[in-house]
Amino acid sequence: MRERENAAKWTGRHFIDSLDLSPPEYESLFNLANQIKKDPSKYSSRCAGKLMATLFYEPSTRTRLSFEAAMLRLGGQVLSVSDVATSSVAKGESLADTIRTVGGYADLIVMRHPREGAARLAALYAPVPLINGGDGAREHPTQTLTDLFTIETFKNRLEDLTVAFCGDLRYGRTVHSLIKALARRSKIRFVLISPEELRLPDSIKNDVVASGSGVEIRESVDMENGLRECDVLYMTRIQKERFFNEEDYIKLRDTYILTPEKMKLAKKDAIVMHPLPRVTEISQEVDTDERAIYFQQARLGMVIRMALILRLLEET
Amino acid sequence: MLTVDPITKGIVLDHIRAGNGIKIFERLGLREVEYPVALVMNVPSNKMGRKDIIKISDTLALDLTLLGLLDPDITVSYIDEGKVTEKVKIGLPERVEGLIECKNPRCISSYERHGQSVFILVDRKTKEYQCFYCGERVRV
Repeated sequence: MRERENAAKWTGRHFIDSLDLSPPEYESLFNLANQIKKDPSKYSSRCAGKLMATLFYEPSTRTRLSFEAAMLRLGGQVLSVSDVATSSVAKGESLADTIRTVGGYADLIVMRHPREGAARLAALYAPVPLINGGDGAREHPTQTLTDLFTIETFKNRLEDLTVAFCGDLRYGRTVHSLIKALARRSKIRFVLISPEELRLPDSIKNDVVASGSGVEIRESVDMENGLRECDVLYMTRIQKERFFNEEDYIKLRDTYILTPEKMKLAKKDAIVMHPLPRVTEISQEVDTDERAIYFQQARLGMVIRMALILRLLEET
Repeated sequence: MLTVDPITKGIVLDHIRAGNGIKIFERLGLREVEYPVALVMNVPSNKMGRKDIIKISDTLALDLTLLGLLDPDITVSYIDEGKVTEKVKIGLPERVEGLIECKNPRCISSYERHGQSVFILVDRKTKEYQCFYCGERVRV
């Protein structure tokens, strides 16, 4: 009965924005993901006969593989177009038409697109559930799902946390999504560490403040300052593809590098997260520090995506 | 005092902010029509000090969303047989399609053929709208 009630709540839904799910819905996915972790064989054919299409208008290895691995581990199958931009788009097909066509073939669509708001537009035309795999600098909700699940797994709570974000806070969509989702929890303190040019957009800051959740926000250009107090350090890459001008990118790319020396400043029970891929912002020597959990985070990302796929597809 | 005869059938746009009348007149394409139209400017008003009024002696389909964006304080009166049959205070529209261009160069609406711009009113006081797709905010 409980399973059926859950299915009724999820059927026909899309996942476009990290705020599309309520905190209890996040908890329900965490619970399912933990069950999958405990007994994966129980879920290995739950999506048998279902087909997931991945449409990536922008290069991605990690997110696409994570989704595909998740679907295959559930016994489903995958239709994959790794570079849509050179196929249907080159022939002038609109996004709406592509989505309607692919929605006729598959039971679920995962899409990444370089334009902001593309997933929201696609969802208007999608005849099957659509998951946003990232739209420009705006949203990356399944990374948020991964990040929240990782924090919950390692810190056993999503409240009363000091979370430091470091790097590209202007264009980093994973940062935007996670900040908005965490701001709904109580006793959250953000330390925003970035160069002046890559500060968090005011619109997001205003939304967080306006949400009335009592979140504390402190901005700093100094990495060491935030390191001392944080429970979670969320590092990000300065993304070359978000710059119109290469000179600006080169000037900023090595602003923050996390080293073993800097890690000495961090709390003993802090965790270091990164949405990956990492370039130079975390030195490889940090990988052996047990507080560096970014590869475990990637693994948890696949498990929580299994939970999401299962919920969106069950009983459809 | 300048007077304009009452109309027996048509539409009266009243309480137009003084100076806005000519803009609305042009946006509604009233220069091109063949039926009688009057634009009266700087009419003394107790409430507004001065106001503009447009009288149209025909029943054309007005785009109330566009009017609301241009001047939310306008009152539209529909006249038939010399009597007001309906009076509408427009206000700011909740949803605006295809009239506001998203200024975010990365927004899907400026790129996709099916992506007609859609803006949702988020703050009536500051007249702030938000792009349905990318979340960019704009004040009208």
